[in-house]
Amino acid sequence: MVDMRVTLNGIALDNPVIAASGTFGYGYEFAELYDINCLGSFSFKGTTLEPRFGNPTPRIAECTAGMINSVGLQNPGVEKVISEELPRLRRCFRKPVVANVSGFSIEEYAETCRRLDPCPEIGWFEINVSCPNAHGGGMAFGTSPETAAAVTRAVRDVTDKPLWIKLSPNVTDIASIAAACEAAGADAISLINTLLGMRIDLKTRRPVIANTMGGFSGSAIKPVALRMVYQVYEAVSIPVVGMGGVGSAEDVVEMMLAGATAVQVGAANLVNPFACRDIIDDLPRVMEKYGIKKLSDMTGGAHNG
Amino acid sequence: MHQGIYTIVENTALNADCYRMILRGDTASVTAPGQFIDIRLDGFFLRRPISLFDWDDATLAIIYKTVGAGTEAMARLAPGQTLDVLCGLGNGFQTGGDEKRPLLLGGGLGVAPLYALAKALLAQGKHPAAILGFNTAADVVCLKAFEALGIPVQLTTADGSAGVRGFVTDAMARVDSDYFYACGPMPMFRAIEKTAKTSGQYSFEERMGCGFGACMGCSCLTKSGSRRVCKEGPVFMREEIIW
Repeated sequence: MVDMRVTLNGIALDNPVIAASGTFGYGYEFAELYDINCLGSFSFKGTTLEPRFGNPTPRIAECTAGMINSVGLQNPGVEKVISEELPRLRRCFRKPVVANVSGFSIEEYAETCRRLDPCPEIGWFEINVSCPNAHGGGMAFGTSPETAAAVTRAVRDVTDKPLWIKLSPNVTDIASIAAACEAAGADAISLINTLLGMRIDLKTRRPVIANTMGGFSGSAIKPVALRMVYQVYEAVSIPVVGMGGVGSAEDVVEMMLAGATAVQVGAANLVNPFACRDIIDDLPRVMEKYGIKKLSDMTGGAHNG
Repeated sequence: MHQGIYTIVENTALNADCYRMILRGDTASVTAPGQFIDIRLDGFFLRRPISLFDWDDATLAIIYKTVGAGTEAMARLAPGQTLDVLCGLGNGFQTGGDEKRPLLLGGGLGVAPLYALAKALLAQGKHPAAILGFNTAADVVCLKAFEALGIPVQLTTADGSAGVRGFVTDAMARVDSDYFYACGPMPMFRAIEKTAKTSGQYSFEERMGCGFGACMGCSCLTKSGSRRVCKEGPVFMREEIIW
């Protein structure tokens, strides 16, 4: 019998698989398809203070082994999340959920978290300082150690819940940004968000995405994600939540060996709606194949010493 | 929605770039004409959403056009091969209202989902008529299938190489109708919106990520707020649409 349990900031998870924000809605779309209580957890749709429709369409472009999205943080706003989405979520998911929060100012991040903080469904906050799709917000805060730390401090002041900062790969020195977030009070680092990318239509000779660029995700980005998880694991002593191109149980183990305590599954959910369940079902087989009795022992296993 | 493995029964060229594919598998999740399926193809990351032409207890039929590498790969598939398909996606056309003479307006490949709709309307004892519009004679598909239903069918082509020269909307004035259902390109929709004197429904197309409501890639703004083309759509009521 293999042991898939992991612990994140003192909260026990049945397994390290967490559905990534923006690919799992507020849970109930997937709860119609399977019992999502098999998940370790999931990170709900990026939530902002005010409702957002997001960017114009087309918002989606296919790439080799991946996709670009420029959804642009479409969400109903924090008040509707509290009054409508969380009550629906509670009916289909019994475990602590990850609250993914975005903002356009440091005050907005803090205010959104302050309002969400009393919600008992929320186990962790995941602060998105890395959305490439919202002008003037998101990624702007995650590209320097100073601004990332400022957001971290502001949110730290309004919640005692475990606080993750979700980092952008579109930077030159991810380790210094992660270290700054840790010093400012973060309880974990999650990474990577999408890589800024684009496609061009040969017929129209224009970008496929209405907003010109978008976030590149999918299996193609896994090597970049592994490298950055590996670097951040060496730079901080708080847990790392790894994501980027994870689509199989083998990918989960690989991400843990790079340094992840838990692993998020994103774009794979959009191709196979049962991806998270299938990965969790397949983990025991992969653990046995590689002689792993306790999955949590794998975290950081690829590092020397 | 149902995910399953479907077997290709037929994959035939209808003209230079349109194909009809018939798939055998579970069709219980299909509840209305205008719904679509989402097909996974080896070597391509995203699925291909394609509306249903027709279905029965054991098979699905789609008409698709080769517009890129994915649909070109589909065209090379042979009977006997299997495909991973999400079936019964989206809200299709709503029928069952008190209209008696609904008019079906199809432009290009948009004619495809109107076929099963025509059958459903006939089964309800209504008297549908169809106007099928194409750019040129070589693009015409499904005409015989519509004619075989025994309903009045008008063919228009923009260049006059088949049927009546002009657009679908040019033929609208000549048909007595009390409702419409439209599927086709946006310029056709805008022309219908100017011409139509009755209520109706439009089936929209958008680039999709997932096809089942998770990614918010295909959102559109309607008079009742944000809607997903793949989930609440692809069919929307005329009165709901913001042009």
